[in-house]
Amino acid sequence: MKDTLLYNARLIDPEAGTVSEGALLLSGGRIKAIVTSADEIATLQGQTEARDLNGAHVAPGIVDLGVKVGEPGERHKESFKTAGMAAAAGGVTTMVTRPDTSPAIDTPEVLEFIRRRANETAPVNVLPMAALTKGREGREMTELGFLLDAGAVAFTDCDRVVTDTKVLSRAMGYARSLGALVMGHPQEPILSKGAAASSGKFASLRGLPAVSPMAERMGLDRDIALVEMTGVSYHADQITTARALPALERAKNNGFDVTAGISMHHLTLNEMDVADYRTFFKVKPPLRSEDDRQAVLEALRTGLIDVIGSFHTPQDEESKRLPFEEAASGAVGLETMLPVLLRLYHAGEVDLPTLFRGLSLNPAKRLGLDCGRLSAGAPADLVIFDADKPFILDRFKLQSKSKNTPFDGARLQGKVLQTLVAGTPVWSA
Amino acid sequence: MRFDQRHLLGIEPLRPDEITTLLDLADRYVTLSRQREKHASALAGLTQINMFFENSTRTQSSFELAGKRLGADVMNMSMQASSIKKGETLIDTALTLNAMHPDLLVVRHPHSGAVDLLAQKVNCAVINAGDGKHEHPTQALLDAQTIRRAKGRLHRLNIAICGDIAHSRVARSNLLLLHKMENRIRLVGPSTLMPSGIADFGAEVYDDMAEGLKDVDVVMMLRLQKERMDGGFIPSEREYYHRWGLDAEKLAHAKPDAIVMHPGPMNRGVEIDGTIADDINRSVIQEQVEMGVAVRMAAMDLLARNLRARPTELAV
Repeated sequence: MKDTLLYNARLIDPEAGTVSEGALLLSGGRIKAIVTSADEIATLQGQTEARDLNGAHVAPGIVDLGVKVGEPGERHKESFKTAGMAAAAGGVTTMVTRPDTSPAIDTPEVLEFIRRRANETAPVNVLPMAALTKGREGREMTELGFLLDAGAVAFTDCDRVVTDTKVLSRAMGYARSLGALVMGHPQEPILSKGAAASSGKFASLRGLPAVSPMAERMGLDRDIALVEMTGVSYHADQITTARALPALERAKNNGFDVTAGISMHHLTLNEMDVADYRTFFKVKPPLRSEDDRQAVLEALRTGLIDVIGSFHTPQDEESKRLPFEEAASGAVGLETMLPVLLRLYHAGEVDLPTLFRGLSLNPAKRLGLDCGRLSAGAPADLVIFDADKPFILDRFKLQSKSKNTPFDGARLQGKVLQTLVAGTPVWSA
Repeated sequence: MRFDQRHLLGIEPLRPDEITTLLDLADRYVTLSRQREKHASALAGLTQINMFFENSTRTQSSFELAGKRLGADVMNMSMQASSIKKGETLIDTALTLNAMHPDLLVVRHPHSGAVDLLAQKVNCAVINAGDGKHEHPTQALLDAQTIRRAKGRLHRLNIAICGDIAHSRVARSNLLLLHKMENRIRLVGPSTLMPSGIADFGAEVYDDMAEGLKDVDVVMMLRLQKERMDGGFIPSEREYYHRWGLDAEKLAHAKPDAIVMHPGPMNRGVEIDGTIADDINRSVIQEQVEMGVAVRMAAMDLLARNLRARPTELAV
């Protein structure tokens, strides 16, 4: 089989922090070379299957850390097939899935079941995370070793905070001895219980039960202390408030193995977007103030926040068509993440290499994967997109089985033209 | 004089002139209600359904009486006893009701925003009779009516709202309304009962009653919910009464002609001293109840006029 040459492309290299014009030579499902000299490209065109990308951007495929798929238990909301299609359509080449299913993914048997389901039906790579404690109940640790052997890439109880610090410290210590990554949800659970919004004028005027943004910092402070105690590798799933950032910075400066993520929603929306109780804007943690959004955006630029994720959370109409307090949290995001985040690029708030450092490079590095880069030898997991193409988002055209996006009707710019996994197209516009 | 609302979901969307329109009409309904023959026909032929997802005696009977005085067919639905217990969602309940073609739907619900949600799904005019901690517009309107009649104006007054601001929809609606009408507002209470972001509300905040009540024209007391009394938000009932309960000594800091208001039902000896509540020279609590019926008549009349797509120009 001939090698493939993608030429006339704008190559986004998050490692080098550059966008350069050139070509990408693919061979055997991997990137063989990055070619920038015009002569060389001309020569290669004759020897390969050459495709003119007409100036489209090429970036390493997105590694989405924290995707909820409804299997097992909630297949009516999302299956591996529909989530996989949504991922492919959104340029996500690796879904790192969450264990907050029912039942929770807390035994090697359940993990093997979902890996099989994923391999059979999803067109993109699927890497599962497993629960840190049995049933995500925060009482006993799961069989971390067996789960690791079965392919779990990280351990997390997702949005259920392990309140018993003894349980958490033991689970972290055990994970440390296995070299496993623990993902936490920094939140003081008692302070944030029942909250549907961030405390402040907006929540007060809307009369919504609210949590102080300080609860995030308190949760993070505790987790960092336990990291210091146990030496575990720790990733905070979402840091969404300005107040938590100094704690994160200190932990990193002290040399702890700590990284942090942020959701696409907290980077692009604020609490005011909830407006008249629009439940599609109800996410967890709740949307924050504009000051917080600006602060986390700056932290993304400086690299203090490492990873951007969609926190794809499919919910059916019934669980959203309720009074705000009672409505389910979460939004779908696999397919909308790239165009939504390109808003930040078009507004001049982040450049493309920074965006893909958070979307592809850093999550891959954190999980020890060799994808997420545009370099020779890396897997040819790629997203080819037109960063400028305008469109109006219609939620009913999404691939996801659930349509709960806050961006319905939004004017966006940027369309995925093609998604490649190991050199093979899994999505073409 | 115009009133351009399809629903009455809160004070927030109302313009000052709409508030004045409504209060002017309510004045006429006060006169009507004081007559032996109290009937008018503004709502004749219309169906009014009162849907209360939360217990209420006062507000529900006030709405019922208001509807009946204007000739509407009034039905009360106690939603606690009905299908909501059988797992029916709010939207389904709304659609079911909608199929019965009501013209006016009066709704109270324990969750903020629930009445807005319901209003999106029905064809009739919806009146918010209190949603969670969000708004209670007719209470704010009846309070405004009471103040306007007692003070002769509804602007440039110093008004203190005291007590459990955080959990009170009455406080929110009053704050919005009194701001729109250009009054100076003080919020008085312990910080555990103040909502977050209080600094951005455009009101002066006091944690001391004597300072907070100094030279005010109006003292509005709020009800302290039983479930908040012990240990959670305040240490005890008696400590609360000692510091924030309205008695003669604290009231002495207000202007000599200051009026005392309470949305009811009162906890005598908790947030208000019984003798203050009964003092006919200071307390306007009974007037508030009377204004309640008149204001609700006016609100439903105006909404019904819009419903019938009549011109909303009023000959007041």
